[in-house]
Amino acid sequence: MSDRYELRCRECGKTWGNAPKSFCEECFSPLEVAYDYDSLKKRVRRGDLAGRTFNMWRYAELLPLSEDFTPASAVGGTPLVASRKLASQWGISHLYFKNDAVCFPSLSFKDRVVGTALVAARRFGFETVGCSSTGNLANAVAAQAAQQGFDACVFIPADLEPAKVLNTAVYGARIVRINGNYDHVNRLCAQIADRFKWGLVNVNLRPYYSEGSKTHGYEIAEQLGWRLPDNVVVPMAGGSLITKIAKAFKELVTLGWVEAKPVKFFGAQATGCSPISDGVKRNLARFEPQKPNTIARSLAIGNPADGPFAIKLIRESGGWAEDISDPEIVEAIKLLAETEGIFTETAGGVTAGVTQKLIQQGRIGANETTVVSITGNGLKTTDAISAEFPLSEAIAPRLDAFEAYLDSQFTAAASAAK
Amino acid sequence: MPVTIEIPTAFRRFTDGTPKIDCSAATIAEALNDLTTRFPALSRHVRDEQGQIRQFLNVYLNEEDIRFLGGEGCTLKEGDRVLLVPSIAGG
Repeated sequence: MSDRYELRCRECGKTWGNAPKSFCEECFSPLEVAYDYDSLKKRVRRGDLAGRTFNMWRYAELLPLSEDFTPASAVGGTPLVASRKLASQWGISHLYFKNDAVCFPSLSFKDRVVGTALVAARRFGFETVGCSSTGNLANAVAAQAAQQGFDACVFIPADLEPAKVLNTAVYGARIVRINGNYDHVNRLCAQIADRFKWGLVNVNLRPYYSEGSKTHGYEIAEQLGWRLPDNVVVPMAGGSLITKIAKAFKELVTLGWVEAKPVKFFGAQATGCSPISDGVKRNLARFEPQKPNTIARSLAIGNPADGPFAIKLIRESGGWAEDISDPEIVEAIKLLAETEGIFTETAGGVTAGVTQKLIQQGRIGANETTVVSITGNGLKTTDAISAEFPLSEAIAPRLDAFEAYLDSQFTAAASAAK
Repeated sequence: MPVTIEIPTAFRRFTDGTPKIDCSAATIAEALNDLTTRFPALSRHVRDEQGQIRQFLNVYLNEEDIRFLGGEGCTLKEGDRVLLVPSIAGG
């Protein structure tokens, strides 16, 4: 086989070529995509990227794609927002938000993983693609499947936020609602992948899928001027993204595209579903699964597949993991919107709130460069914060009505100040 | 009535293709021991060098992960289904 990449077991190192499989059939540990970096060094140089469009496909050689790959759509290429207000408020100098709330086409970082997963699905001849999802992934699968001509069938917990269900249905995907939490859905999907010849992006296509996450990391390094940050703060559900950002940084060092430096990896979870942060804090050899109970549905995975790898990465990097309560998540969503103009979903509230907590704990230094990953859009989880913003009373379309309105506002403000 | 252990496809090359077995185990631990006694080649895939159930092998009793039921010591009753899922999925 002349592929530039192949599957390799993360534990025993056995290679498996390229196939729709997620675990090693010898030791049943996870597989990941491995590359020949010496060959890659000769094939592509950093300067080659200069003429390419700024989206995730500019890193094509570092992804599991064929030589003649042509992107179906622009995915990724999101802003790295330099913070002024929050940086000042939190007392740190170099704070950035990597804003995948505006990732195309479906407004979350999951567009990146679906990008690489559907390339694999096409390669392996699948006509139907699907996923187990807490919402964002289903949106991304449905959108890209529609564009690329796949049938889509997604599996979600029955109690998911209405906006996330609608944002899948609109693309024509079949939605199977499961009475259970995400971990129940996930177990069912593992069984479905075992039985049906479907390309489930985060089950049997998972090694290819997760490679798409690396582009979030590549973009961070490139947008910082081809250098690595001191710290990254990343939301954790299954624990995959944080490990793939680490893989991205390591690859850029290996290729000589950035200078090597220690990067601390910080993980963020909601207290109502915090098996990974609990594992980091208690230094557990194995995390303990939890029953999720949080408004941060997109992070509500009680049995995270990459939990062990995330815990190891965080501890070995000198980072840490924290979690915050649901009211703290709501406050952090509001804070990020009011200060930086970024409206994120609950997962982004988790990450922003945890960042604040880490700074208060002194784990993130004032003069270090810190990048916070915002992975989803606030328009998808408006239910979580709508109670914070009751509608004001409507007024007549007359100037005197507006003047009366202003008077009432001043009166209310004055009485509130007393 | 016995307890049924369902065997995932990936394990069946160690079980001569057998998709499930019945046994009369009283606990999950006994059920797994019964399974690996019948199919010794499966032993190292079910348990690691320390004798623990492998990290990436999820074991369910009916609908529930056994880690929520007190682990492999949890007791079985007639008609229970034990499900093995090598689950590197999700997220």
